[in-house]
Amino acid sequence: MFMNTPSRQERPGGDNLVARLRSGDGSAFEMLVRTQTPALLRVARRFMHSEEDARDALQDAFISAFRSIGAFEESAQISTWLHRIVINACLMRLRTQRRHPEEDIEKYLPKFLEDGHQAEPSAPWCETAETVLQRTELCGLVRRCIEQLPDTYRVVLLLRDIEELPTEDVAQMLGVTPNAVKIRLHRGRQALRALLDPHMRDIA
Amino acid sequence: MADRPYLPCTEIIGFLADYLDGELSPERKLEFERHLAVCPSCVAYLETYRETIRMARATTNGPRIPIDDAPEDLIRAILSVVK
Repeated sequence: MFMNTPSRQERPGGDNLVARLRSGDGSAFEMLVRTQTPALLRVARRFMHSEEDARDALQDAFISAFRSIGAFEESAQISTWLHRIVINACLMRLRTQRRHPEEDIEKYLPKFLEDGHQAEPSAPWCETAETVLQRTELCGLVRRCIEQLPDTYRVVLLLRDIEELPTEDVAQMLGVTPNAVKIRLHRGRQALRALLDPHMRDIA
Repeated sequence: MADRPYLPCTEIIGFLADYLDGELSPERKLEFERHLAVCPSCVAYLETYRETIRMARATTNGPRIPIDDAPEDLIRAILSVVK
């Protein structure tokens, strides 16, 4: 019978649960899906552009996970393992539905004069991450600005700054060089900064 | 060192991520900080760049963002294909 609160032995990542999953125990699958779906759906929503795509990616991920449960190393946390599988499922879906042509990021990058100075001086912001968190509309604004980034840069920003994966891991996941990851991350952050700038400036 | 030309803003902004990650050589870091000491525009860019990262992290992954209950229809759909 399904239990809402896993016992200590059957918590996600517990040896007993993994053994039951490997033996094809249906109630173990159900427990894993029920306990892990909320957090994993949240991850998929970050990457995908629609709720439907996020749900489809999560479904892909669980299918992939259950097919490869034999490869799960018991020293790892099953939640961490699933998290990575969800990200890979999202990346796979994003690759197949990539928008053509992708928006040019150049327009969001800073411009410089011939002498190397910034063409338009930068100004401080009146908002901080802490003040933004206290205002629902600003939280939504930041998320919409992230969503506006071209996928090439948005995905790297999510993987590096939000998921906090190492550069080398991201490079491997995307099939690019670590240097390409660094460049995309810097440009993605610059573009996001440019999108936020008019809303965050200290205009007092 | 005082007689040497300052790095241009292009160099500061181009290598900002390396500066924040502590990946610049000690000499290069000194040149960066020499520029920042006289360029409020680059200081503002640096601070807002850093705040951009913090805002992105806080609004998408912060401890105060609640995790919704999993939709039952989604759970049933997943279980129907994996069980």
